[in-house]
Amino acid sequence: MNRKNIIVIGNGMVGYKFCERLFNKDTKKQFKIITFCEERRPAYDRVRLSAYFEGKTAEDLSMASIDWYKERNIDLYLEDKIISIDRVNKTVTSSKGKTLSFDKIVMATGSSPFVPPVPGIDKAGVFVYRTIDDLEDIIAYAKKCKTCVVIGGGLLGLEAAKAAQELGLKTDVVEFASRLMPRQVDDAGGEMLKRLIEAQGMTVNLNKNTKNIVGDVSVTGMKFADDSVINTEMIIISAGIRPRDELAKACGVTVGSRGGVLVNSSLKTSDDNIYAIGECVVYGDMIYGLVAPGFIMADAVVEQLTGNSAATFTGADMSTKLKLMGTDVASFGDIEPQDIPCKDIVLNNPHTGVYKKLLISEDGNRLLGGVLVGDAAEYGTLLQIYQNKMQLPADPMSLILPRNDDAESGIGIGDLPNTAHICSCENVTKGDVLDAIENQNCDSISAIKSYTKAGTGCGGCVPMLTDLYQYKMAQDGIEVSKALCEHFALSREEMYQVVRATGINTFADLIAQHGKGTGCEICKPTAASIFASVFNEHILSHAPLQDSNDAFLANIQQDGTYSVIPGIPGGEITPDMLMVIAQVGKDFDLYTKITGGQRIDLLGARLDQLPAIWNILINAGFKSGHAYGKSLRTVKSCVGSTWCRYGVQDSTSLAIELEIRYRGLRSPHKIKGAVSGCTRECAEAQCKDFGVIATEKGWNLYVCGNGGIKPRHADLLASDIDKDTLIKYIDIFLMYYIKTADRLQRTANWMMKLPGGLDHLKAVVIDDSLAINTELEAQMQHVVDTYECEWTSTLNDPEKLKRFKHFINSDDQDETVQFTRDREQIRPLQHSEKGLRDV
Amino acid sequence: MNKEWINVGAVVNFAKDLGSCVKVNGLQIAVFNLPKNNQWYAVQNLCPHDKRMVLSRGIIGDKEGEPKVTCPLHKNSFSLKNGKHVSEGDVDDITTYPVKVKDGDVFLEVSV
Repeated sequence: MNRKNIIVIGNGMVGYKFCERLFNKDTKKQFKIITFCEERRPAYDRVRLSAYFEGKTAEDLSMASIDWYKERNIDLYLEDKIISIDRVNKTVTSSKGKTLSFDKIVMATGSSPFVPPVPGIDKAGVFVYRTIDDLEDIIAYAKKCKTCVVIGGGLLGLEAAKAAQELGLKTDVVEFASRLMPRQVDDAGGEMLKRLIEAQGMTVNLNKNTKNIVGDVSVTGMKFADDSVINTEMIIISAGIRPRDELAKACGVTVGSRGGVLVNSSLKTSDDNIYAIGECVVYGDMIYGLVAPGFIMADAVVEQLTGNSAATFTGADMSTKLKLMGTDVASFGDIEPQDIPCKDIVLNNPHTGVYKKLLISEDGNRLLGGVLVGDAAEYGTLLQIYQNKMQLPADPMSLILPRNDDAESGIGIGDLPNTAHICSCENVTKGDVLDAIENQNCDSISAIKSYTKAGTGCGGCVPMLTDLYQYKMAQDGIEVSKALCEHFALSREEMYQVVRATGINTFADLIAQHGKGTGCEICKPTAASIFASVFNEHILSHAPLQDSNDAFLANIQQDGTYSVIPGIPGGEITPDMLMVIAQVGKDFDLYTKITGGQRIDLLGARLDQLPAIWNILINAGFKSGHAYGKSLRTVKSCVGSTWCRYGVQDSTSLAIELEIRYRGLRSPHKIKGAVSGCTRECAEAQCKDFGVIATEKGWNLYVCGNGGIKPRHADLLASDIDKDTLIKYIDIFLMYYIKTADRLQRTANWMMKLPGGLDHLKAVVIDDSLAINTELEAQMQHVVDTYECEWTSTLNDPEKLKRFKHFINSDDQDETVQFTRDREQIRPLQHSEKGLRDV
Repeated sequence: MNKEWINVGAVVNFAKDLGSCVKVNGLQIAVFNLPKNNQWYAVQNLCPHDKRMVLSRGIIGDKEGEPKVTCPLHKNSFSLKNGKHVSEGDVDDITTYPVKVKDGDVFLEVSV
């Protein structure tokens, strides 16, 4: 098929966005996209240009890499621009002499900084603020300067001033108008902004009309119409933009009386085959110098090219919210009274540096516009009310009053219509976001962002997006998220309380009285874990409930064999016991490895070998290490004061005592502990569920650390406590965790979601704020007193041993389990290494 | 191919509410004994996801009333009635076998 050539002239943010959108929409591949970029870098984020001074690189700011264009078969010409268009023969010619034919042209030539034509403006040391190259020139020149004047107190000018200040220059801002940001804020708002900016060490000069630039070859100062002078070594001009319409003019395309490529609502220029979008455009006497309207224009042209001829651009909202030097500035709608009668509501607090103004209709029903300086937290809500012409609350002042957490503002995100725009950069509505959550399985902010693209432009809508997500979750999430599974509406915590309160100790009773159906892989192991925590019966008395590992008291491996880990409390072991393990490893030809918890793992045991292996280990004096359980694993230790010349307490003895105390304790997830004999922390106690570090005076107790999926440094729960207090605190801490955590929730994650966090936990454990500690301690003591080695009792029970066979009707072994050898030990054969017989 | 009912052992050999693996003509078959409604199911022992002979060691449950077994390795679930993969992800279905109990013994119908 012959594809149509679309030539995109200009590769700025809007030109890039056009390429991206057209490529995505053009599923029939009708178009060949060709784009010209006069800069040496493809499109980058000009809005965040000042981030370049904060250490961001050109790469960080890039919208897409050169490879991005290649992968999409988009021809990108860098450092080349179109200098002429032959509209009759439909060809373009570039400055490097390239001539291409076109079907359609999209002009996205952008704008250039307006440079006031004053004498001396061409002296060395005068810069504009537009491109990364400009910034590099500024940075280089600033090295020999101490002072700088920025001409222009608008949005970009203040950005440039901030950049200059960050380069260490004493900075003056000069503005022709009587206030800063004259387009975005009113007089009082501008005054507040001036104070906030001057508080940061800049000088703001208003009503200044530059007469000429002073200096010989280089700038030394500026002279104004009022004959005042400012001495400066450097000038950055940011006094507005001028649309780049020179190419349009040259090829006879109509331009506006004050410049800009004239377009109709289809974004077509006077030539039907030439569109124009972005800052180069004049539409309805307006030049849209913001990125969001540019994106909307790009979208409209893409829609038309791909078949939706009704897509138009009829103007765009110029509302903005930005952060300037740490100060929020936002405005929307009218910032000052226009033709229709209106009232304003003003909150002006010089003390806190906050100015807020709302313009409302005479009858008080509609919001017409507003200005926010110093705090723009309500911007999202206000903009929605304004754009959707929503009914104002009885007292609109409530919308801008400082909020305390409990108070409702009167209009929440739930009140917005589904058509409300949440993200204007990407044109995403509230309905789109709800659809993403409901129908597209987006279950996090990042999932919503990647699906809808909302929040990926300027990022200003992310707080609103978060609100919307939380609102939606709160609205319909609670009951589904709390329920364990389809069989129980109870959460784990509630199931635990039911079991504690009723004494129900069979799954049949539990599901009959509190659930429905027959259960599943979620509720069955959860119930089994709770029964074990509460009653501490042998876990194989509930065999049908047990998950993979607990079902056979061993860790199932990828090939269906198991690992055997005898308990080695505190990591202390005699040579004789080591020899027992060694002999078992040798006799059964198991792979042996030292674990991270200071014990020894024996892997590759078949189901039918487990009883024989454990028989030898138990007879030699080992007990189960519970490495297969959601239970205490190990309490790691260093050698402590017994051997180490730095140790201040006997950490090994304490670790052994703690491991023996809590071994077999079933919990929502595995629990790991450690004891270090001094602050050198060789046992790594601060990444454990409970960690103890010896001090000169006693022990420090740390809780809720984790080294796994998401490492978390443990929190200090108590300092310099004696051993009895320490054990009491750990008893209470663990039992409280077992009582309240969700299934498969480690202590670290539990802590992060615990209402009140560490302070709450301290209050419970240390001050008994819930008055449950006697109970918790008694519950723990029951578990400690009823401990039995699961493997010892299993070996004594022929009924339980029956399960440890691969086939119940044959003594054959599972012939699909096959090993090979690496480094003199066995390892499972991978599928690619064997011919597995299909069933 | 002909099909035949094969005796795989006495009912008492099959633990209640659990799966047991039997060897029938070289095949590994997982048999599930659900005494509550006197139901028996038989499926291939091989989990098609990671190709391991482990389904007899899975937890039994139901999904919206449909009995299922969940693989102990990666928690893939399969209907015990028709072998369909019923959990998330793209995993093949499994083969099921007819089961009957006669005179205290369990029989599976397999190809011979």
